[in-house]
Amino acid sequence: MSISLTVNGSPHQIDADPSTPLLYVLRDDLALNGAKYGCGLGQCGSCTVVVDGEAVLSCMVPVMLLEGREITTIEGLGTIDDPGPLQQAFIELQAAQCGYCIPGMMMSAHALLRRNAQPSDEDIREALATNLCRCGTHMRILAAIRRAGELMKAASLPESDERRAG
Amino acid sequence: MRALRAAIVFIAAVFVAAGVFFLLAWRSEIPEDAAAAQASFAPDLVAKGAQLAALGNCIACHTVPGKPAFSGGLAVPTPFGTIYSTNITPDRETGIGGWNEAAFQRAMNEGVDRNGSHLYPAFPYDHFTRVSEEDNRALYAFLMTRAAVKAEAPENDLQFPLTFRPLLACWKLLFFDRGELEPDSGQSEAWTRGRYLAEGLGHCGACHTPRNAFGAEDRDRNFGGGEAEGWQAYAINKDSKAPIPWDEQSLAFYLRNGWHEFHGVSRGPMAEVTGNLSALPDSDIMAIATYVTSIMGDPTPERGERAAQLREQFEGDRLEQTADSQSSLVSASGAGSGEAIYIAACASCHEGRQRQPFGGLNFELSTAVNAPNPQNIVNIVLFGLPPADGEASAVMPAFRHLLNDQQVADVLAYMRERFSEEPAWAGLVELVANTRSGAHKVTIRPSDGIERAPHNVGAEEG
Ligand code: FES
Ligand code: FES
Repeated sequence: MSISLTVNGSPHQIDADPSTPLLYVLRDDLALNGAKYGCGLGQCGSCTVVVDGEAVLSCMVPVMLLEGREITTIEGLGTIDDPGPLQQAFIELQAAQCGYCIPGMMMSAHALLRRNAQPSDEDIREALATNLCRCGTHMRILAAIRRAGELMKAASLPESDERRAG
Repeated sequence: MRALRAAIVFIAAVFVAAGVFFLLAWRSEIPEDAAAAQASFAPDLVAKGAQLAALGNCIACHTVPGKPAFSGGLAVPTPFGTIYSTNITPDRETGIGGWNEAAFQRAMNEGVDRNGSHLYPAFPYDHFTRVSEEDNRALYAFLMTRAAVKAEAPENDLQFPLTFRPLLACWKLLFFDRGELEPDSGQSEAWTRGRYLAEGLGHCGACHTPRNAFGAEDRDRNFGGGEAEGWQAYAINKDSKAPIPWDEQSLAFYLRNGWHEFHGVSRGPMAEVTGNLSALPDSDIMAIATYVTSIMGDPTPERGERAAQLREQFEGDRLEQTADSQSSLVSASGAGSGEAIYIAACASCHEGRQRQPFGGLNFELSTAVNAPNPQNIVNIVLFGLPPADGEASAVMPAFRHLLNDQQVADVLAYMRERFSEEPAWAGLVELVANTRSGAHKVTIRPSDGIERAPHNVGAEEG
């Protein structure tokens, strides 16, 4: 079945079974490999992307629910040459160990920062409660998200750091 | 002349009525005891009181999440308005620091505070009146040794005339059966103990028994199912809809662990209950299970037969099951229908191989799908089961950002049809919309109730 999806601002026409999880379409059809497969069961958060401003677990979302909705993945936050504020902050504070959980962490943080540019630690913990990190870099992740908030404020991009990516 | 006499008779009658009412309603003030909060108590007594406070789940109503334990101020919505729980820390001004033991015993026993004012039955003294003097003494010792917290609860927001507390004397006259329960000689020791715990401090019926128009529990429908904090408290009598009926073993396991392989995980306000019950010894948990299952009675032969099939199907290692999120194909059923959503979004966990409490419960086993009111399953679909803070716990993702009201209604209607023999639910879309908007207020908490579990809000201190 043909389904149209809007990912990071670009329209895509894909051919998939309507029940296919968004994660597979992102990785297999669109070659957007930022979102990671961790558990496939909605338990770990490594597949988190943002749909219409809200963090959702892409392994749990069948593509049939996504027509006409705005999907943002980590690739939409910036590029290697031109990282967005969240990416900059994570690099600056070396918040990744193995890095597997990090795209999910950043997307949950992205949804949070859109709503609240100056989140408290409490807010961050709550927003990231469904993101697991097996390396235990939580303290640096917290610091990086606070830092991203500052960078966004400095760049006066409080609303969103989304970029358009092909 | 006639008119004058009639007037005199009327006025006299009013006075007599007022006198009777006064006698009925009036309770003396127990003088403030300045030294009460300084008293010391035997550590054993305090430890026993801690256990009893956990059984009574005192902390759940008397604490605002994140605020110090027992300092009150939690809004308790009732059909008559909002009542704010009181501060039961030993602060002299704003708590019960000036209460001697007699005042505490009377509050538990009669629902009257130290000043002599009648208490609203949101404080479940219809149950606490069953508690022994000895247990109340231990509870008192526990509460009086907590850290005193200065915290004034907001004023209750109730409709007149309910603000006039002496009226509660009439309520008590009609609905309040005071005092401990008579022993039932035909019953085992465990049953008797279980009844004491469940009907008394445990106050199971406060949520699990339906209430009448005056807010009193309907004794003829004891454990027939009620409501708490926007959740349905399922029937736990013969009307229980559990596909595999509860028995002593499964209920004891559930109360002990907060989940059971045939029944799923406890959630909503029940999560706090199972969390707090961890303070109780196994024998007490077993006793509660003995008593409550005796109320449920033996299942009908049809239910028993169905349960035997389900046991066979779900006991031990699960059968090879097909679904995971990679292999559920719905092309056959029109995309967007309830079935398609179920297969694509729900089946991967709920028909997967992960076992309880971390896997999704198969809906063949679900009480929620069979319940007369779909509120709980609506709550769970919209808001999920949030993870506990820093502990392993059952988690379910929330679907409120992915499914609109109609889609939630469609998937639930499909599940009802497929997994239950019960009639379709009416008014689903509206219920979903009201739950989502907050018009129907639902309290959402992690599956282990950690936010209000004792160690998180400081009940261990002092
Ligand atoms: S892969 Fe989606 S939550 Fe784990
Ligand atoms: S950095 Fe390795 S899982 Fe988080």
